[in-house]
Order: sequence, then structure tokens, then C-alpha cells
Amino acid sequence: MDLLLAIITGILYASGIYMILRRSLVKLIIGLALLGNGVNLLIFMMGKLVKGGPPIIPESSKLLEGAFDDPVPQALILTAIVISFGLQSFAIVLIKRTYLVVKTDDLDEINTTDEFA
Amino acid sequence: MSPQFIIWPVIFPLLLSVLLLFTWAKVNLQRFISIAGSVVSVVLAVALFTYTRSEGVIAMQAGNWPAPFGITFVSDSLSSVLILLASLAGLAVSVFSSVGINSPRVRFGFYPVYHILLTGLNGAFLTGDIFNLYVWFEVIIICSFVLITLGGERKQLEGAVKYFTLNMLASVIFLTAIAIVYGLTGTLNMADLSLQIAKIENRFLVDIAALFFFVGFGIKAAVFPLYFWLPASYHTPPDAISAIFGGLLTKVGVYAYIRVFTLIFPADAFIREVLVVTAILTIASGALGALIQNNLRKVFSYLIVCHIGFMMAGLGLGTEQSFTGTVSYLIHDILVKTNIFLVSGLALAITGSLSLRDIGGLYKQHPWIALLMAIPLFSLVGVPPLSGFWPKISLFGAALDTQSYWVLGALIFGSLLTLFIIAKVWAALVWQNPSEKIEKGEVYGTFSGLPAGIRVRYVFPVALLALCSLYVGLGAEFIMDISTDVALLLKDPKPYIEAVLGPEQSLIP
Amino acid sequence: MNTLILRTASRFLLPLLLLFSVFLLLRGHYLPGGGFVGGLVASIAFVLHGFAFDLKSSKSLLRVHPGYLIPVGLALALLAAVFPILWEAKPFMTGIWYPESVPVLGSLGTALIFDIGVYLVVVGAVLTIIMTLSESA
Repeated sequence: MDLLLAIITGILYASGIYMILRRSLVKLIIGLALLGNGVNLLIFMMGKLVKGGPPIIPESSKLLEGAFDDPVPQALILTAIVISFGLQSFAIVLIKRTYLVVKTDDLDEINTTDEFA
Repeated sequence: MSPQFIIWPVIFPLLLSVLLLFTWAKVNLQRFISIAGSVVSVVLAVALFTYTRSEGVIAMQAGNWPAPFGITFVSDSLSSVLILLASLAGLAVSVFSSVGINSPRVRFGFYPVYHILLTGLNGAFLTGDIFNLYVWFEVIIICSFVLITLGGERKQLEGAVKYFTLNMLASVIFLTAIAIVYGLTGTLNMADLSLQIAKIENRFLVDIAALFFFVGFGIKAAVFPLYFWLPASYHTPPDAISAIFGGLLTKVGVYAYIRVFTLIFPADAFIREVLVVTAILTIASGALGALIQNNLRKVFSYLIVCHIGFMMAGLGLGTEQSFTGTVSYLIHDILVKTNIFLVSGLALAITGSLSLRDIGGLYKQHPWIALLMAIPLFSLVGVPPLSGFWPKISLFGAALDTQSYWVLGALIFGSLLTLFIIAKVWAALVWQNPSEKIEKGEVYGTFSGLPAGIRVRYVFPVALLALCSLYVGLGAEFIMDISTDVALLLKDPKPYIEAVLGPEQSLIP
Repeated sequence: MNTLILRTASRFLLPLLLLFSVFLLLRGHYLPGGGFVGGLVASIAFVLHGFAFDLKSSKSLLRVHPGYLIPVGLALALLAAVFPILWEAKPFMTGIWYPESVPVLGSLGTALIFDIGVYLVVVGAVLTIIMTLSESA
């Protein structure tokens, strides 16, 4: 299971970086989203993974017994997902506005602010 | 005062922005609330500063959860002084934006977002938890995305695309670093991390994690190979927004560097070498970039990059004296960098241009304002009684003591080029005759015709920050005293760890 | 989308989903659930209604512009977080509970008020984002 997750994380990172390096605005945002998912999976793997052991205390006892999942990475991932949700919706609006104003989605042509004036 | 007080500098700006959200449509009321609230923020920050100065390191456990498990907020000498500076810069920019930000931008929510940005800054300075630091970073960058695109002009959007992409990437890399560190240690509390990381035997993995932090913060702080987004975007929004970006956003990256590479990864030889080499290259590329630019705000943007190198160099040298230099340079830099962007805004309001070829005639029109502008501009160079001088002495001394002649050379090179650039800016801005294009422009010569209230709100922020940086220069003994305090704590973070985890230290064996 | 099945179903699903979101909100302190999830379910209810009819009618169903929910929710959450400092001089965000359990609502405390604040912010933010995106499309 760990190996599978590790491979998937690697694929997500690699494809994310590949997409960022493309010249299209849309692919750029897709790349960032893929990278975000990759990092979430990485955090998920970094806690101890236990199959079928949710970290919830049953009503009959006061303590967690037996093997259970590390709840911290899940809380971290939830936070990271919420943040990337906000950022990605901002990104979609941003690329749309940029496309309407600049009239291109080629990143090589969005360079007037770098020009020497 | 109880330790519970230290959270107020974070809560108050957030309360303020909620209040501002309720008064969404009323532009003038928002401006008034923002300025009044910023004054209260300064009072709170002064209270926090004096409290921390008398008590040492103060820790507060949010939600009353004990240290390595809950989120800790820590106020030590470094955080409290940075919060004080951020609130001063915040007040100045708040006053300036009451004239520098037009009402359509205010109606799109400039003020609430601006105050949430200040919340994020204070939170980042106060937090003692590495993941919470990430969350505050996100709060800061989300607000800065909104501020940089507010208005939706073409150049703003183009700058925002680069700013957005690189900052998102920085967050992803930072989060990767956090994941690795959590996997290695099982803790996120910075004080606890400091103890746990020291115990790890596989130093190779630790160095990898440290490098991830290095790159993640490096993009935010704009160090050598990662700074290209900064000069491409910082000159695009209105001056008030550029001022808060230039003064504080990159400095949060520097703060994170200082925290992480003294507390969590007390820099070993390898990390120090990386820091020093990037510092030298950052100084050189920033200074050379500033040299060839003609737009006033682009010149200042490159100077931000150049002077980030100064602080990195002090951090990389790793002696007590160099830490003192870094911290006092940080204190000076926040005030002066915010101020020079406000100066560029004032120059734009007076002459109607930012191009060094066209601009000019300031002395003829407003000799007193020209004199006022001399203070921030020459503080930036570090002309002796002004504020940039003393930190540089510490940095030069540290470079000599450790026999790092390359660093010394880079520092001198950076300082000389800064002097040359500022002299060029000064000559153009104040002495040069304005070009015909400017003289015929709509703005030139109208500044003295503006109502007194508006003129005061243009000049007051510059004067306030100039006064603060004059104090930093002339009252250098007090500033160096604070910086030495901070440097001692950075060199030996034991009081910090004990304040957070209690005297028995770590709970996890 | 103009299908009879979706329209009829969403008319029944809207109150059910809203009820479910409140259920999630209330059980959230010790069991999976909470203000965030509840808020998402509630906003999904409105989005579903918007798909079946049109977003304008679901907007009028909400009565207020969703943007107003954000400051209200933020204020509630902040007050719940600050309350322990002012009331008992305990750290920021400490949970303070009413000692007895209340029928239907379960245990009452600052955490519940905080969650209600989160619920409102999430509903407000998600609906604002979706409506802005669909209006500009």
C-alpha cells in the first residue's frame, strides 16, 4: 500500500512539474493543482497508516485502543485542501480575466511587465 | 498582563476587517475605521513589545492544549519587534491609502483584505508551529493576490500571473518540507522540532528537508535564482500596495529563514555555505538589476532583492555579531523599504511620472518635501548618522572576523552600488529639470493646489516612517541592544524551548 | 439543465440536505462532521437547486446575498474564540462548555458557536464563488 501511494505521489509531482513548464496558462493551473494533490498524498503517507483504524474514540471507552491512524496528517490535509480550493478558484478567475484582457494564453507573450522601459 | 494578551495583535486586525466587511459600501467610513484601527494596532504592538521586553519569551497555548500537541503562539524579542514594525508600516500605509487608493478599489474590498493581510503578518511572526506558519503564509499570499489584482489593469494581471504561480509553487515546496519533517519527527511544534531534529541520525535526510525549506522560503524572500517574479510584479499595483508588499512580504520570508535556520536546523557547514553563496549572488544580481532600470519603482524592486542578500549573508555567517547585523538590518529595512515606495507614490502625485528620464523639479516646487525624501533615500544607503549604517558595521565586522572576504566584497559592492543608484535617483528626482512631457502633463504642478487635508495624508506617512528610521539611526544604542538580545536568543534558543515546552523539555521521549 | 426528474428530486432533496447539514454541524464535536462539512453540504443543496432550476431562483431562496454570511460567520467564530480570554482569562480558543447536556442540540459550548460561524462562512464563501463564476461565464 505504501509503495503504491509513493508511486502515485511521484507521478503526481512529475506530471505537475511537467504541466507547469508548458506555455499555456490553463496547463499551468492544472499543473499547480496536480502538485497540490501530490503534496497532500505525501503528507498522508507521512503519518502511520493503519488499515481500518480510524482515530475515533468509541462511546464506551475513554481511550483509543489498538492500532489507529495518525489523525494529525488528516487534519493537515483538510486544511491544505481548503486553502488550495480557495486558491484554485482564484486562479481560474485570474486566468480568465487575464485571457480577456491580454487576449492570449501563451505565457511567452505575457511579458510586458518585464520589458525594459 | 497575562500571557493570553499576546494573541491580541493577531485578533485585533481580524476584528477590524470584520467591522470593515460590515461597512462595505461606505468608502469614507472605511478609511476612517482603517486609520483609527491601525492606531490601536500600534498601541497593542507597543504593549506587546514592552511586555516581552520585561518578561522574556512568552508562550500561549491556543485552546489550552499542552505544547507539542496544540498550536503554540510565542512572543520573543524577534517576533515582538517585528510586530511593532509591521504595525507602524501598517499605520503609514493605511493613512497613505486613504489618498492613494481610489474609491472603486475601496468598493471592491481593499480595506478588509488589507487588514487580513496584517493579521496574517502578525500571525506568522507570533506562531510557534510550523504548519500554522504555513497557514499564515497562505493567509498572506491570498490577500496579496487580491491586492495585486485589485483594479484589473493589464499590467497588474500580467504581474499577478507570475506572482501567483511562483508563490503557489513556494507553498507547495514549503508543504513538502513540512511533510518530510513530520515524517521524520512526528511533531510540528517548532520548539519540539528543534529537539527532535537534533536527535536524528540520518543527517542526509535532514539536509534534504532543510533544502526544501530553503527553496520554499527562498521564493517568498526573493533570493538569487528565485527572485524574478518580484521585479516583474511589485511595480504594477498602486503605491500603497507596493509599499506594504515591498516593506513586509519579502521580510516574512526572511523572518522564516531566521526562525527555521536557527531554531529547527541550527545551520551546519553545508547549509551555511548555501546561504552565503546565495547571499553573494543575490546582492550582486539585485544591485546590477537596479543599476540599469529607469522606472523608479522597478529600481526599488531590485534594491529589495539586493538588500535581502545582506540579511541572508548575516544569517549565513552564523556568528552572534552577524545575527545582530541581520536583525538590525531587518528592523531598518522594513521601515525604509515601506517608506521608499511611499516616496515613489508621493513623487508620482507631484510630478505625474516615475521614469527617471522624465521626472524632476521636486526641489523647485517643494523644497521641504525634497528634504523629507532625503531621509529614507539616504537611510537606504546607510550614510552614517542614518539607520542603514549601524547594521552594516555589524555585518562588515562579522565578515572580517570569520575571514569571509567574498562576503565582505559582496557587501561593499552592494553598498557602493546602492549609493550610486540612490545618488542617481536623487539627482533625477530633485535636481533634474523635468522633461517637457511632464511639464505639459495633467499632474505636474497641481500638488500644491490640492486641499490641505489630502496633502497632509500624502506627506504624513512618509514623515512618520522617516522619523522612525531617524530614531533607528540616532538611537542606535537601543536598537543594537535589542538586536543583540535577539541574536543571543537565536544563537542559543534554550529559553525559547523552555518557555514553550516547560522546564522538563520534551514530552515525547 | 431542464429535466423533470432532477427538478422534482431537487425540490425534495433541498430541505433534506439542509437538515442533514445541520445534523452534521451538531454532531461535529466528538464525531466526524462539523461546521465545515455541514457548510459544504448546505451549499451543495443550493447548488443542486441551482442546477435544476437556475441560480437566480436559488439566490432568492436564500433571501440574503451569500456574501453577507461571511462577515456574520467570521464575527461569530471570532467572538467564540475570544470569549474564553474575556470570560475566564483562559487561552484563546479554549472550549467553555455549559455543564448540562441539552436535548436535540447535545452539549453546548463555545466550540459549537465557533462551528456555526464556520458553517456560515463556508456557505457564504462557496456560494459566492460559484455564483460569481457562473454569472461571469
